[in-house]
Order: sequence, then C-alpha cells, then structure tokens
Amino acid sequence: MAGYIPSTSDERQLMLEELGMKDYKDLYVDVPASVLLDELPGVAKGISEMEAETAMRAMAEMNVLYPTVLRGAGIYDHYIPSIVDTVAGKEEFVTAYTPYQAEISQGVLQSIFEYQTMICELTGMDASNASVYDGASAAAEGSMMCLKRNRNVVYVADNANPETIETIKTYAYGRDVKVEMLSSKKGVIDVNVLEDALCDEAACLFVQQPNFYGLIEDIEAIADKVHNKGAKLIVGCYPTALGMLESPGALGADIATGDGQPLGIPMGYGGPTVGFMATKKAMVRQLPGRIVGQTTDSRGGRAFVLTLQAREQHIRREKASSNICSNQALCALRAGVYMAVMGKKGLSEAAELSYDKAHYLAKRLCEIPGIKMVYDGPYFNEFMTTLPVDAAQIEKALHKVGILSGLPVDGGMLWCVTEKATKEALDLTVQTVRGAVSK
Amino acid sequence: MKLIFERSTPGHCSDYLPKSDVEKAPRPEKFLRKAKWMLPEVAEVEAARHYKELADQTFGVVSGFYPLGSCTMKYNPRLNERVASFPGFTNIHPLQPKDTVKGCQAVIDLADEMLCAVTGMDKITIQPAAGAHGEFLGLLLMKAYFDHHGQTQRTKMLVPDAAHGTNPASAVMVGFDVVNIPSNANGCVDVEALKNALGDDTAGLMLTNPNTLGLFDPQILEITSLVHEAGGLCYYDGANLNAIMGQVRPGDMGFDVIHLNLHKTFSTPHGGGGPGSGAVGCKDILKPYLPSSFLGKDERPEHSVGQVRSFYGNFGVVVRALTYMLTLGAEGMREASQTAVLNANYLMHLLKDVFPVAYDHICMHEFVLTLADIKKETGISALDVAKGLLDFGMHPPTMYFPLIVPEALMLEPTETESRQSLIDAAEKYKLVKEKICSAPDELRNAPLTTYIGRPDEVKAARNPILRYEE
Repeated sequence: MAGYIPSTSDERQLMLEELGMKDYKDLYVDVPASVLLDELPGVAKGISEMEAETAMRAMAEMNVLYPTVLRGAGIYDHYIPSIVDTVAGKEEFVTAYTPYQAEISQGVLQSIFEYQTMICELTGMDASNASVYDGASAAAEGSMMCLKRNRNVVYVADNANPETIETIKTYAYGRDVKVEMLSSKKGVIDVNVLEDALCDEAACLFVQQPNFYGLIEDIEAIADKVHNKGAKLIVGCYPTALGMLESPGALGADIATGDGQPLGIPMGYGGPTVGFMATKKAMVRQLPGRIVGQTTDSRGGRAFVLTLQAREQHIRREKASSNICSNQALCALRAGVYMAVMGKKGLSEAAELSYDKAHYLAKRLCEIPGIKMVYDGPYFNEFMTTLPVDAAQIEKALHKVGILSGLPVDGGMLWCVTEKATKEALDLTVQTVRGAVSK
Repeated sequence: MKLIFERSTPGHCSDYLPKSDVEKAPRPEKFLRKAKWMLPEVAEVEAARHYKELADQTFGVVSGFYPLGSCTMKYNPRLNERVASFPGFTNIHPLQPKDTVKGCQAVIDLADEMLCAVTGMDKITIQPAAGAHGEFLGLLLMKAYFDHHGQTQRTKMLVPDAAHGTNPASAVMVGFDVVNIPSNANGCVDVEALKNALGDDTAGLMLTNPNTLGLFDPQILEITSLVHEAGGLCYYDGANLNAIMGQVRPGDMGFDVIHLNLHKTFSTPHGGGGPGSGAVGCKDILKPYLPSSFLGKDERPEHSVGQVRSFYGNFGVVVRALTYMLTLGAEGMREASQTAVLNANYLMHLLKDVFPVAYDHICMHEFVLTLADIKKETGISALDVAKGLLDFGMHPPTMYFPLIVPEALMLEPTETESRQSLIDAAEKYKLVKEKICSAPDELRNAPLTTYIGRPDEVKAARNPILRYEE
C-alpha cells in the first residue's frame, strides 16, 4: 500500500502518548460503540503506486479512442495548444484552495479577473462571474437570476440542448417555479409569434446559439420581442462560434451563459468543464457565484479580491442568491490561457475552420442518395441530416474506420465538425457512409 | 504585476491551427461579428512568463502548511494527476456508444461500490460538481420523495446553527423553510430544541458530524431516530468525512442521504476553487429519485428529479478519487482518518496554552480557537493573527467560522503533516502571540512580506471593478 502519511507508526504512537492516550481508539470515544468499526468491510487492501497505475491504465484502455470525432451536442473536440496543459499543470494552481487569503493568492485571483474580462469581451457583456459548474447549470442559475415576485415563469426554447433543458427544469422544480417550453418552427424560434407565446408573468426566455440542431438564431429579433414583454433574454452560447458570430451582448441579450469546454478543456467524458455567466451592468448584483474585483492594497498598489460577497451563502445563509460557493477555477484558468494565446485571430480561425469543414461535409454527405439536410437555415458547425438507413448502421461503419459518427437524433443524425477533422477524414466519412447506405 | 492585456502587443501571436484544406463556404453576413472586441495579443513565451509569475504568487499545498479548517487541504498524490491525464480518459466524448466507454463505466461503477462501502449507502451518483451542488441534489431527492408520498406538508428543514452556510442556502433552493436548531453548551445539537422543532411538517435534518467545531456528536443515534420517528429524513453533510473515513459510516449513524466532497476526503486537488465533485449517496428508499443524463441514455430511475448538470458529472475528478481509494485500500483509509484526528488533537494540545480553544474536548479532524478575550483586551483580532501568520510562510486557518464562535480560527492540519511540521507550526503561532504584546502594530499592518499588503475589500465592493478596461 502506498500511503501519503509523513510519519511512522512509532512516531504516531509517541504522539498518542504525549496526549496521554494508549491507542487511536481513545480518539474516537465519542462515537457510539455500536457503530464504531474495527475494520472497513467491502474495500480491498491497498496497493502500490505502480500497481494502482496499472489498474487504472487497464480501465482507460477499455475505452475506444476515435482519431476523428464528428459528434458534438454539448462537448466539442477542439484543438488544445500545449501551453494550456503546462500552465494548468502548475502545482500551485492545482493544489490551492479558493483564494480567501488574497495576499497569498494574487495569482489565482488575477487569472480569474483576466478570465472574467475575456468572457465579457467574448460575450459582449459588462460583468462575468468567476465561473460555475458547467453550461447547463449556468443556464439554470441564469434563469433563476431573472425571477421576481410577479415574474415567475421561465421560458425555454425547445431547440436547446436537452441536457440544458432538463437542468433548468430541475432547478425550477426546487424553487417551485413554472417552466414553459417555447416551440420552434423549422428548427428555429419563430420570431413572428414569440410575443404572443410569452405570458405576462414571463421572467425570461432561454435560447441557445447556435441551437441544438446547429442552426443560428436571430438573437437581435428575439431580444426585441422578449423585451417588449418585459422579460429578460438569456443566450446560452457555444464560445467557439463567437469567434465568428455576433456576441449576444451586442444583440441585446441580458445574460450570456455557456460551457467553456471548447476553450482548451478536453472532452473528458463530459467533465470537468466550466460554465460561464456574464451579464449587463443592471443585473450584476443578481449574478450568483464568486466574483473577483480590483482594488488597492495597504501599500497603494493594485490588488485583486473576491468581492460582492454580500450575495453569497457564507454571509447570507438562507438569504443568499444561490448556494454556489466554488467555481471551476482550474478549468477557468484553462479557458483563460486558451483565449490569451489563441487571441482573436486564433479563435476566429478555429471558428472559420469548423464552419467551412462542416459545410464541406454537409455538402458532400447530401450528394449521397437518401441524405439531405433536415433544416435549411444557416448553421455553424453542427447540422442535422436525414438517413436512408438505421443510424446504428452508419455509426458502426464509421466506427470501423476510427470515426465517431454524428449523434443519432430523431431518426436522423446530428453531425459536428471542428478544425481537427482533416479533409482526408471527411472524405473517408463520406465514402464510408456511401458504402453503408448502398449495402 | 502586469495583466495579460498589459503585455499585449498588436500582431503578437502563435500559429496553432493549420490553413484550411477545404473550400470556403458562403458566410451568413447578417449574423457575423461586427462589434469591436479585444483579446490579448501575446507570443507564447510572453504568456508562459506571465502565468509563471501568477503561479509564483499562488500558495498551494506544495507551498507550505495549509491548515484551512473545513477544507481538508491534504496532499494531492501526483499519481492521480497522471492517471487522470491518460488519453483513454481525457479524449472520450460523453455520448460515445456505450460499448466504447466500458472503461469509464468501470471507473464509475467501482467508485460507486467503494464509496458505498465507506459511507454505508446503497447507491452513489457522481453527477453533482461540488459539495453545495451535492447538497442541492440530496435535498431534491428528499423533496421528490415527499411529493411522491403525498407529504407535501413537509416543508421544514432543520439546520443546526453550527452548520456550513451552504446548508441553509441549499435548503432554500429546494423550497424548504429553514429552522435553526441551537447548539448546547458542549457544542453539540440541543436535543430538547430538536424535539420541540420536530413535527409532521418536518422534511428532515441536515447535519455535519463531526460538526464544524470539530466535535463528534455522541447523541447521533438518538438524533437520527428522533427525526425518523417524526417522519423526516436525515441528510449528512460529508464535508467532514475525513475524520471518520473507515471508522464509522453515515449509513450506520442513521443517515438516508449524503454528499461527499471528493476534493476533500478523497484527495483530489482543489484547483484554486474547483473542479471538485459532490458525489451524492443514498439509501434504497431514495434511489427512485436519482438523476441521470438525458442524452447519455443511462437508465432513468422511475421518479428521477431530472439532472442537475450536463452528462455524468466531473468524471475526471472521480478518476483521481478512485485511484486514491485503490491505492490506500481499507486499512490505508482508516490510517488516514486516524492520523488526521491524531494530528488535530496534537496541534490543539500544542496550541491550547497559546490561544484559547473554543471547546476543550477531544476533537476530530479539526478544532476551533477563539480570540474573543484577546480582542477585548488588546484590540488584536483573529484577522490580525491570521494575517500575521502569513509572514511566517504558512496559510492561515479558516477565519470567523463557525459563526457561533466569536473571533474564531479553525484549524485542520490533515493527516499529511508530520509531528515535526506540527511542532514547527505551533512555534510560529507562539511567535505571533508574542507580537500581540511586543509589536501589535506590526500585526495590525501584517502581512509585510507578501506580494501585496491587506487589500481594501470595502472599496472593492463599493466601487466594483470586475474587468480590465483599456
């Protein structure tokens, strides 16, 4: 067994004796004897580091690694510059706690302040928090931010990611808040009927940009209609797409949320990732979670601290705006480093490559008989096609050539292409699908 | 030091991506980005130096003694980091076909099995991303249970006054009314007050045991059966599990649902505030309400509350925690908790003549000092002492918590400190104590040796500057 305790059993015995105790059981005198264990059943004996590494590696190797991933739906296979790993692997960042002691935590605090700034720039908002758990919980927290006594109905576009919709519903169930689904038409929100669809008690509408089917929503028009009804607009966005598409802030959204995974965080079977949340000045004090602010120190220099804590649970307890008390700092750091080194240029390139390659694949796939686009609106890097055969058949055929197919959805397939897919891989995809269809 | 934006020079960048190998598709002009925006423009070396400087201004567990009470800042074994970075874990899409993610499923199943064994629960879900998120889910399970059993009148959640601030905040997010239960003179639950609060409107009790004073409540079996007799459920806040890992199981103490902080007890690193994992465990009666991933198409329990985030949870954190559990095994986990408790008692023993202990009793993994009298006599506060400790190169204890102890300092040394490092730390506490008389102004102005002096927090809140502006 590999232990991590820097003392021998003799040293510990000595410590016990110095405390006037015979053995460790004297430390647990307050535990009722009927429930105190002498051993822990159901757990194997410990093993050496080398054996543990082998055991875990064996599990990792039971998974299939796909050289080409054409599946998105919330998690995206974008390229991660190596420096992101180097920085996020620095021991101080890895092992620090939440930066309560500002004097010895300026590194973490400043990295979050920089992250907040970059999220504001990316989303066109005034203020960002230090991050929350993921995109879905950010959407849910964002929806709860908009509730007021006479505005307690949350609207969610039915073409958002189902995982996000489910999460909003769960948070709403907790607070006994009503959630209404807003029906989309031809894959997108029907702006013409939007105003009539919202009731007078509407607190907010959550829409996703691009939506679950990859289609680009007309955020500006949606924002107008939602505001006419006195409600707030929350836009859940795919950060890479914002390297190309107008920011939600510039289009009139009140809150921007999203999952920062595409910004330098590996797919990792869905987590950990990071949820970003940003808003306009008017709603800063409703923003949940940690926020870092700039101030001065006793020596007159610039300093960073956790701020606006009067919103938070450790001060307000049952009156807090949320129970959240951590962020995903190390993931936010990854996103910060990613945006810093990629810059506007790199982020735009990632967006445009994803866009062009997706459109290339769509065009080529649609040359195959029986495959056509389900929707005809503009899309970013995800698109739905019909399939002339069972989705499982396509999935299996592509699997054999090392390609993870699009996601089977409603009898069709939701494809996703990032900058990582080469033309060669896309051509192989088309060829393989053609083969599977004609069989 | 400079912000990354202040290191920016127009045109500086690195080429990370190749030129396009496909034709350019027509652009959706109407939707393209037109408003002005800004990101840093730095060459990679400039970024590398920037983040090196930031890391140098960050205090981690590797930097020194870090006895932050209630946070379990134990050493984070490096093996766990290596394992979590295996491509077979990092490069897996959550929606891959089930037969291509058998390794991920094996990790989750084994973690479930081992965590159930440690906690005495019947089922674990790893979906919640943090402790507070776990509390939220755990309480949702209770709410769904009562809704399903037609007991919607059960709206009161009993929370001891020593509880973590997240407990009442989580209860409110689930629509419960919070009822505070006072502590008795020994720092444990006032059982008479509990009895008076119980009724057929009781949804349950949220309890941390050992509590935030570091005391194990010896009345625990009576407390949980009283709640059950009243028809309520018992929630265990697992923040302090490190004291009892492998010694006593929450399930045996009578708890129905718990959350664990894998980033505390199970050694996964805190990352400056996350990611963690707030895995939730429950008894069979609450299994029908557990969450699942909609797109992940895991079998959804009959009365599932839905989901509290996307996909399955912070899988990468669970990989680390599982590696830790495999390495330690049953006897290693017991040795860890025993040593954590021993170290806390040893440090308390070394310090109790330096600063008064709030409850002078055998403690569990942590204990609380109170500087109320010192403040009254000298004007030096717990904050001053904490800041004074910074000048000795160590992380201060948790300050001003729990709220029921005035001028509190809460210390949790964890098992990964040696006898000598505890003795050394105590010596430094003594030096700070001496300064209260010999150099009080030095303490009021402390820290003097850190990168910055005390920040003006009032100014930060009154005039919030939350982002850099050119």
